[in-house]
Amino acid sequence: MKIIVCVKQVPDTSGKVAVNPDGTLNRASMQTIINPDDMNAVEAALKMKDETGCRVIVVTMGPPPAMGMLRELMAMGADDGVLVSAREFGGSDTYATSQILAAALKKIGIEKDDIVMCGRQAIDGDTAQVGPQIAEKLGLPQVTYVGEMKKTGGTITCKRILEDGYMTISVKTPCLLTCIKELNAPRYMTVRGIFECGQKPLETYTYETLKDDPLIDLATIGLKGSPTNIFKSFTPPAKGAGMMLEGDDKDTCNKLASMLIEKHII
Amino acid sequence: MATFNNTDLAAFKDVWVYCEQRQGKLMPTDFELISEGRKLADELGVKLCGLLLGDDVDGMAKELGGYGADKIYVCDSPLMKNYTTDAYAKVICDAVTNLKPEVLLFGATNIGRDLGPRCAARLHTGLCADCTHLDVDVANYVEFLRGASTLDVDNMKWDTEDRNLKMTRPAFGGHLMATIICPRFRPAMATVRPGVLKKNAFDKAKADACEIVKLSVSLSEADIHTTVEEVVKAAKKMVDLIGAEFIVSVGRGIAKDVEGGIKLAEALAEELGGVVGGSRVTIDSGWLSADHQVGQTGKTVRPKVYIALGISGAIQHKAGMQDSECIIVVNKNKDAPLFEIADYGIVGDLFKVAPLLTEAIRAAKAAK
Repeated sequence: MKIIVCVKQVPDTSGKVAVNPDGTLNRASMQTIINPDDMNAVEAALKMKDETGCRVIVVTMGPPPAMGMLRELMAMGADDGVLVSAREFGGSDTYATSQILAAALKKIGIEKDDIVMCGRQAIDGDTAQVGPQIAEKLGLPQVTYVGEMKKTGGTITCKRILEDGYMTISVKTPCLLTCIKELNAPRYMTVRGIFECGQKPLETYTYETLKDDPLIDLATIGLKGSPTNIFKSFTPPAKGAGMMLEGDDKDTCNKLASMLIEKHII
Repeated sequence: MATFNNTDLAAFKDVWVYCEQRQGKLMPTDFELISEGRKLADELGVKLCGLLLGDDVDGMAKELGGYGADKIYVCDSPLMKNYTTDAYAKVICDAVTNLKPEVLLFGATNIGRDLGPRCAARLHTGLCADCTHLDVDVANYVEFLRGASTLDVDNMKWDTEDRNLKMTRPAFGGHLMATIICPRFRPAMATVRPGVLKKNAFDKAKADACEIVKLSVSLSEADIHTTVEEVVKAAKKMVDLIGAEFIVSVGRGIAKDVEGGIKLAEALAEELGGVVGGSRVTIDSGWLSADHQVGQTGKTVRPKVYIALGISGAIQHKAGMQDSECIIVVNKNKDAPLFEIADYGIVGDLFKVAPLLTEAIRAAKAAK
């Protein structure tokens, strides 16, 4: 049994984000982090490893520096890492990304008692699409928004969170699950983990490695193979200055309340 | 290289809306999508059709007509009593393959965002996630950009014949907006953020005129690989941020007295007849439950009045509330970025201001 976790390195959009004059993101000026929901997927896999001794493989698609992220996840306890990286893969939308990752997962090999885990969504695009699309390409059943899970033999019982409650869903392995932050609290790297992570196997899959898979077709990967294109990107205009009221006292509050009434806002 | 059977764009027409129902009840976002779909179908000069899946759901179909649908396709099967990705994706993909719509919209609910990507991957077409604005007509799109962007639209070249669905969404936590198109494949698919698009007024005559068409469903138990053990509605009523006219949100500023800060916000919200929301930190710290979260990773709201207490204004929060009609910001730090989009700002301690403002509003209402 093994668990393959798909992870992504993302710009930290919670901090200061710099936008170039042409409306693109100034990535060079930004910190990168491991996508937060992916950390919950890694933690869920490592918990299962603690219980069953299964192997945990972390996979990412991205430029070579993403290797550092894979080493960090190995220091947390992942056994193997795979970096999927090639010029041909650049500019992929979610459809094309799922083609490539599905091909990489096939290369790793998915057996009967295996599980694929992803984070619900990445904070740079917030699409939540790549997980279900990988599942479709691999013909695996999916459960998304997993907030609790329990494995009994070959069956996983998941609490799938909805806006107005939840569903309890059971699914047999092999399957793909997408994880949300309510699932667990990710662990830290250990000193021993950091010491050992450099020795763990880390492979790179390039276009050459995967090109014989039917999913890796130049008509379905990369910028040219992506069904969606960016038509325009832009920044919203700054709003005109509002009215600043002086002092945090009773007079100020009375003044504000009467203005709101006067303007029929309340 | 692979070839695909959905590249003959002229073979696809009509705008479709997937109408989500849970336990026999339509979702509020269905009405928003039908209303928006009406606009798009008119711009394209085609029909607007709803797609309704479930077990014994045809009774709900007419109501959708009242918001602008010409036709509702109903797919009924006892195997679709509860939502499963496998059953619903199969039935939708079969219908799309047979009837060839050019646009297919889903609500970006937890179910729409499960189903949409699965269908798009199977149909080999593009899907734009969590859209907040849709256009077909280029002139309308240019007008939208004039107000919503800093682009110099008058000095840009526009192809007025362009019939692509232009799907606009926030990216990078709201720092950028992107308009996405799917030029080579059909249908063009989008999930649309609930609570953002306006719904039409219900029209009984239109509901009566709406055509209901039952589609035959080819589905067997062997198609479904998950088992729904139970569906549970939250016992505690979730806070309805999207429907609220007044929202009082709290942020890091309540840290020194979390319970007290939330109580003050609740009192103010109650006086206004509104609800309490929170920024990401209040959810991540466990001060408020996740249903209270306003922002790019939470809910997008546009109430009549949004009062932010002790929220500095990370872009990811702004993305979820900047379209509110009136924004009132209370923060000790006069440089808090949220003041930039405030209609009214008070530099001060929320623990002092909130109770005084509650009192002032009560008095001002009484005097009216």
